[in-house]
Amino acid sequence: MSAAGLLIIGSSQAGVQLAVSLRALGYPDPITLLGDENHRPYQRPALSKEFLQDVISKESMIFRTQEYWDDHDIRVVKNERIVRFDTRPDGSGVAYARSGETFEFDRLALAVGARARKLQVPGADLPGVLYLRNADDALELKARVPAVENVVVIGGGFIGIEAAASLTKLGKNVTLLEAGPRLIGRAVGPETSDFLLKHHLEAGIDVRLDAELTRIVGTGDQITGVEVGNEVIPADLVLVGIGVLPNTELAEHLGLDCDNGIRVDGHALCSDGVTVAVGDCANLPNPVPGSPAGDRVRFESVNNAIEQAKVAAYAITGDPEEYAGIPWFWSNQGALKLQIAGLSTGYDQTVVRAHEPTKWSVLYYRDGRIIAADAVNAPLDFMAVKGALAKGQNIPADAAADTTTMLKTLTTDI
Amino acid sequence: MPQVTYTDSEGQTRTVSANVGDSVMETAVRNGIPGIVAECGGSLSCATCHVVVDEADFAALPPMDPMEDEMLYGTAEDRTDTSRLCCQISVTDDMDLRVTTPATQV
Repeated sequence: MSAAGLLIIGSSQAGVQLAVSLRALGYPDPITLLGDENHRPYQRPALSKEFLQDVISKESMIFRTQEYWDDHDIRVVKNERIVRFDTRPDGSGVAYARSGETFEFDRLALAVGARARKLQVPGADLPGVLYLRNADDALELKARVPAVENVVVIGGGFIGIEAAASLTKLGKNVTLLEAGPRLIGRAVGPETSDFLLKHHLEAGIDVRLDAELTRIVGTGDQITGVEVGNEVIPADLVLVGIGVLPNTELAEHLGLDCDNGIRVDGHALCSDGVTVAVGDCANLPNPVPGSPAGDRVRFESVNNAIEQAKVAAYAITGDPEEYAGIPWFWSNQGALKLQIAGLSTGYDQTVVRAHEPTKWSVLYYRDGRIIAADAVNAPLDFMAVKGALAKGQNIPADAAADTTTMLKTLTTDI
Repeated sequence: MPQVTYTDSEGQTRTVSANVGDSVMETAVRNGIPGIVAECGGSLSCATCHVVVDEADFAALPPMDPMEDEMLYGTAEDRTDTSRLCCQISVTDDMDLRVTTPATQV
């Protein structure tokens, strides 16, 4: 047994999973799970949804009891931010925290996540321009919400839409600005974007596409509006959700290859062959079976954080298993539950299953073979496609539009 | 205090005390019960917290909503008559619930 063990920097989904999986695999060395927030390790997805809406408490977002960490000999450190390292050629070294604390390690795992991309317009630094990435962001937002009437949400991606739907549910007047021509353009196809747009407009969110934001308007330290073209939309609060940037500074400091994230191989190993990087910060070979050689991706998802962390745990315990799997995502947007299975990139055909006005899905095909689905309030369709993809099966397009047939019954071996 | 007993597919049993209002999934995950994955953290999106409820306990639980019912058709191990997604079962006063976890959740 080595003295210093594994130091995991980042105690969110991927870091927690890595620690848990290592213990499940019988990893014998000390594990330190270190985070820079002053909270016990917690789950993020609810921050823009159930937690923001006051449906669940902070306590129910906590990953594990202290007894669990104690019983499994995992040292959890909070509120420490690592700023530099001294390393030895074998990958061991010392991490220095901003507080002056030092953490020795035999091996390092980076689960350092991503940070919110900042808005770059005049007025963007006014108080009341908020982001939603971590618990402190959510707590500040929740603290301000009661005194607020008009909210402008900037960004029509997952976080922006989820928060807009939550704030609408809380009775706020919400305008959602998206710079592009459609909602969640990065992750779903145009048919899904249109479906979501129609619903969110009906639900009372004033969605503006192709919105050219020019500045945040305020007097003193109080926001009064958001200027879009020639119009100023009244706002007491602005919430920005325009994507994230992977945190690569520590990896760069360590001399590890980075390119839109920390580059890892199919075992979550960095370019030094020893350090592992997992979760939102990692740029990895596309894990979808059959994807083009050399294709790389970076995910911002719970599913990837968990699955990639398991792969890293196998690599660390010396029983390597290459990362392969079907990515999936979910997003609760007011009354809509969007579930995405697979990656729709490169599709050449779609089939829509229109069950009911708010129960709907679209299947994506490439060369006649199913590659992904977006399902709204249609978990059976989602589960059927996820299952078929995982088993390498197809759901032939010609019969898939018939909503009286369960997709699961249509799956065929290829 | 309410309690939940989790039996895994190999018959090993673990009983943990639970807090009223928590879900049976949260109770399992926070205490590190193997056999419950719960990727989505309880937002009824992943069907990886499938349990088979003891027949004697099943009827006393509040009925499931249609979304849970649909999700249960997509579990890794096929559902049974007393299957539930345990993120949707709230711990109540005096609960003494017995559930079995399937061999696989994913």
